Amino acid sequence: MRERLKVIIRKELIQALREPRMRVMLILPPIIQLIVFGYAANLDVDMSLIAWMDRDATQESRELLSNFEGSGRFQIVATPQRDAEMQHLLDHGDVDAVVRVLPGFARDVERGRTTSVQVLVDGTNSNTASIVSSNAGQAIARYSNEVNLRRQRDKLVGRTMSTGGPLRPNIPRVDARTRVWFNADLRSRNYFVPGVVVNIITLITLMLTAMAIVREKEIGTMEQLMVTPIQSIELMLGKTLPFALVGLFDTALAVTVALVLFHIPFRGHVWVLLLGACVFLMTSLGAGLFISTVSRTQQQAMMSTFLFFQPFFLLSGFTFPIRNMPPAVQYLTYLNPVRYFLEIVRGVFLKGSGVSVLWPQLVALAIIGASVLTLSALRFHKKLD
Amino acid sequence: MNFRRTRAVARKEFLHIIRDARSLILALLLPLVMLLLFGYALSLDVDQIPTIVYDRDHTPQSRDLIREFSGSRYFQVTAVANSYDDIDRDIDRSRTLLAIVVPENYSKDLLAGREAQVQLIIDGSDSNTASIAVGYTEALVQSYALQLRSEAQVQKGGGKLNNAVEPRIRVWYNNDLVSRNYIVPGLIAVILMIIASLLTSLTIAREWETGTMEQLLSTPVRPTELVLGKLSAYFTLGITDMVICLVIGVFVFDVPMKGSVLLLLFSSCLFLFGALSWGILMSASTRSQLVAYQLGTLTSFLPAFLLSGFIYSIHSMPVIIQAVTYIVPARYFVTVLKFIFLKGVGVEVLWAELTFLFLYAAIVFLFASRKLRQKIA
Repeated sequence: MRERLKVIIRKELIQALREPRMRVMLILPPIIQLIVFGYAANLDVDMSLIAWMDRDATQESRELLSNFEGSGRFQIVATPQRDAEMQHLLDHGDVDAVVRVLPGFARDVERGRTTSVQVLVDGTNSNTASIVSSNAGQAIARYSNEVNLRRQRDKLVGRTMSTGGPLRPNIPRVDARTRVWFNADLRSRNYFVPGVVVNIITLITLMLTAMAIVREKEIGTMEQLMVTPIQSIELMLGKTLPFALVGLFDTALAVTVALVLFHIPFRGHVWVLLLGACVFLMTSLGAGLFISTVSRTQQQAMMSTFLFFQPFFLLSGFTFPIRNMPPAVQYLTYLNPVRYFLEIVRGVFLKGSGVSVLWPQLVALAIIGASVLTLSALRFHKKLD
Repeated sequence: MNFRRTRAVARKEFLHIIRDARSLILALLLPLVMLLLFGYALSLDVDQIPTIVYDRDHTPQSRDLIREFSGSRYFQVTAVANSYDDIDRDIDRSRTLLAIVVPENYSKDLLAGREAQVQLIIDGSDSNTASIAVGYTEALVQSYALQLRSEAQVQKGGGKLNNAVEPRIRVWYNNDLVSRNYIVPGLIAVILMIIASLLTSLTIAREWETGTMEQLLSTPVRPTELVLGKLSAYFTLGITDMVICLVIGVFVFDVPMKGSVLLLLFSSCLFLFGALSWGILMSASTRSQLVAYQLGTLTSFLPAFLLSGFIYSIHSMPVIIQAVTYIVPARYFVTVLKFIFLKGVGVEVLWAELTFLFLYAAIVFLFASRKLRQKIA
């Protein structure tokens, strides 16, 4: 049995690596994907483009403007004078928001009345819009606080002067000290790139396994394999183990690129990642095997892989947090192996988690992997008979 | 160019599609699955942030502050910590995202008029959620501080303290800031691109692989007619998908459709024509289905998903990647879709995008026909 298994693994490896085009396919698409994803998958809004419409043009309105500029989050790219110009800027998507200071702003500030500043935000991209609104709100609140404190001090000073008592500016103040863990600069790349590693290893192993078996069926060499003394379990192992190696190789490649090119922090242990990858490969290879049993042509195998992979990928928490999903769907994601592997990879990269934290995910993956493998093995066996 | 021959090729291609049930199912099911996922399940909107509270002060003042958090719809206090270890554990296991720590001397500082501090610890791994959460917490603490100051002033016999300047934030085009409203229109571009790359990229490579290309060559059909015939079959599928997306998006998911449906259809036709021609070009460039498929996904699906501004805003990408997006047709189409759906603008704003889509379609179609002619000759 050892001998036969060795032979088929050798045959499979030779077949996969013989063709130069195939060798390129194992290395190039993962790297391209990682690079494009790493650079493009980004939800950060570092600098928003805004238009400044100052209808007041006073010392105070300029102070507010410098508060916006000083926050480092806004770049003023236009100063429209009329409403039509403002409408034009928003309609064309030239700016993310327009800040409009109305006439009488300085007068109201001076007299101690509450005044307002209008911020018109382009909501087409709701994510950008909510970050821009919150940044604008903060810049205005900061200015408002300055004005408020100034006013209150003036008043207190005035009162203590008139009563002749000691000056005691007893103003309650609360300040929030925010500390961000694991990703101090809040770079979304740190969150996405480990996810891409998961994405690539899943797609590659799934696709290669499914295609390798279907190709034998399509070109008729499956019958030849069947007349050899090889048993179905050996054939199955022989068909999947080489791709497990390829999958691990691609993982190592992707992790290297993530560290070298994108400088993603890697705080955990490599062996936890390796353990997670090995357990996860049971599922992805098993699923590939399953697809091969339900497809007759390579085209069908490709399409099934695609249909199969998309929902698992989208419901894994890669871009869209699982927390935001409706409760019913959240429960469904407990069946999603990609979710667990993603949690493991992100945990190891960003949080430095070890087995003591990640064991529930590992156990879940092992259970899913064992069931998928058993199911596919049974189907595979039946197909051969 | 003969209309009858083109129609014959189209009819043959239709029969292929209908008989290959799996392709047909993929073409009609995929849009539904993706719409359902994006419409119901996937969202970037942050509310109900799971929060753990660690009150080290235990005074009426600290409880008042915590009540402020638990009363807000953006926060959901899920646990109470008794030590920093509790916070560590919950954040490590992703049970919570935000920890509020009220230090021991909070109320003492507050009453003495010193700056009282609240410590916020946030899990930054998901930077997008985290930065929105930071915004919410800081806004909440600021408005709470103002409220306290106002109360203090009233007690001392002064008047009520008002906010000096109030932001009046109005969101145009998507008042409720629902991420579904911007994702569903963009999804149309992604779905059309999948149909084009997955189905079309295989069609000519398959004829070569199965040997039916030679048969087609022996007929009087010309390359342009062959391309047009094949295109029209997949074109019908694509437009059907587009209409499915439009109807479900508007009637099931209540995505606002403010612009002209006619313009939407017209621009979809332009885009689809270009995307399908690209698929044919890929297919004509190689004789292997696997390579055609890989080329198709790498050059059309991936850019449409990542480089079009569908989810990830182009403005945040590095300059080089931004430059690359200018040659991605999906970028222009996603802009057109979002603008028509949400802004309700017309040709007066979108003429540049539409011109690009038209030029792209024309050029790629010419290339595809020529490539096929070269291959045949």
